Amino acid sequence: MSSDAPVLIIACGALAREIVALKRVNGWSGMDVQCLPPELHNRPEQIPAAVQEAIDEARGRHARIFVAYADCGTGGRLDAVLQAEGIERLPGAHCYEFYASSAAFEKLADEEPGTFYLTDFLVRHFDRLVIEGLGIDKHPELTGEYFRNYRRLVYLVQSDDAELSAAARVAAGRLGLAYEERRTGYGELATGLESAVRPSNRPATATEKRVAWHR
Amino acid sequence: MSDEQSEAFDLNSLNDQELTEQVHDDLYNGLKDEVVEATNLFLQRGWGPDKVLNDALVEGMRIVGIDFRDGILFVPEVLLAANAMKAGMEILRPLLAETGAEPIGKVVIGTVKGDIHDIGKNLVSMMLEGAGFEVINIGINNPVENYLAALEEHQPDILGMSALLTTTMPYMKVVIDTLKQKGLRDKYIVLVGGAPLNEEFATAVGADAYCRDAAVAVETAKALIAARRAAAR
Repeated sequence: MSSDAPVLIIACGALAREIVALKRVNGWSGMDVQCLPPELHNRPEQIPAAVQEAIDEARGRHARIFVAYADCGTGGRLDAVLQAEGIERLPGAHCYEFYASSAAFEKLADEEPGTFYLTDFLVRHFDRLVIEGLGIDKHPELTGEYFRNYRRLVYLVQSDDAELSAAARVAAGRLGLAYEERRTGYGELATGLESAVRPSNRPATATEKRVAWHR
Repeated sequence: MSDEQSEAFDLNSLNDQELTEQVHDDLYNGLKDEVVEATNLFLQRGWGPDKVLNDALVEGMRIVGIDFRDGILFVPEVLLAANAMKAGMEILRPLLAETGAEPIGKVVIGTVKGDIHDIGKNLVSMMLEGAGFEVINIGINNPVENYLAALEEHQPDILGMSALLTTTMPYMKVVIDTLKQKGLRDKYIVLVGGAPLNEEFATAVGADAYCRDAAVAVETAKALIAARRAAAR
């Protein structure tokens, strides 16, 4: 059995492919990655306990732990866990925000609050996480209930993939939304992980970017 | 129950107790047509609209709410149940109005600026209405000016605010701080709700209470109105 790497990234499963790609490109050999189920995206109330459990299991085996989640709808509960443990996370409210960068995401939300976001991962798993996750496969009549206040779907593009782009456009059509794309790359996911691997060079962390009511 | 059995099933063959339990099951299963049929049957049997509302619909949704809270039911099932209850309520609403019963309180409720999510808020509105409140639902994406205008126009007992997003929930503090600046905060009971919120947040922004779900919202609204009226005596 190989020894544990100095750095452990506890990550949302929706980021697995992107983190592995960044690790390979940047040569971050001293990094282990443990992914939690991406289905937690639809059950944010379960994220803090799942992250806490992963931290407890990893305790003492790594010099540093970093959590590759944003707030992700936990309303500060994930931050409460991480503050108690002295562990940092990715910035922002959602993966949409750290991919797009905070300023660009704020602009998107301001110009159209009724924006539904997809990432590469969510396009790949649209049927399972959105259509089945919301029960639309069994009850198509609920589509209107969920999406009547949305106006557009914005696909935040991490990689150049024409098939994903086409699938995202189809998804927008299924939900009755206008379609737009924004090429984000890995955004602040890359800089966040960089800060975990090389903490002396770290940029501003999530601590400075937590939701306003925590300040 | 299979479709074949369902088609052959005659709701009118059930006595009142059985029909009540059947409505609870039908609400649980989100069967709108069956709930409408049963609501009409109760009325034909001489039940008052308030009794149909409380014993059949509200009680049925209370059971749905418990199983949602306990992780047995999820949002899609609750939505279907709510739609079924809404269909029953639409039959009862004009009849309830004819009774001239005074509402037990008035509520202005809306989703905050930047947030377009309203499933939970609409469920709370419906359950408050079912509990006898007059509810003015001002919709989604409300800046503070909308809340102020609705409070001025309707003079409610309660202001309810909802948010689903971590990024939008801090706006509740903007509304409450504005009420304080205008000397209006103590005039209203302020209730807040939404998936990412908690009691700590409600306290931090200066609300009177956090309501975890629709059932808690109804109980909290009743309790705080009663307390306020008792204190005023």
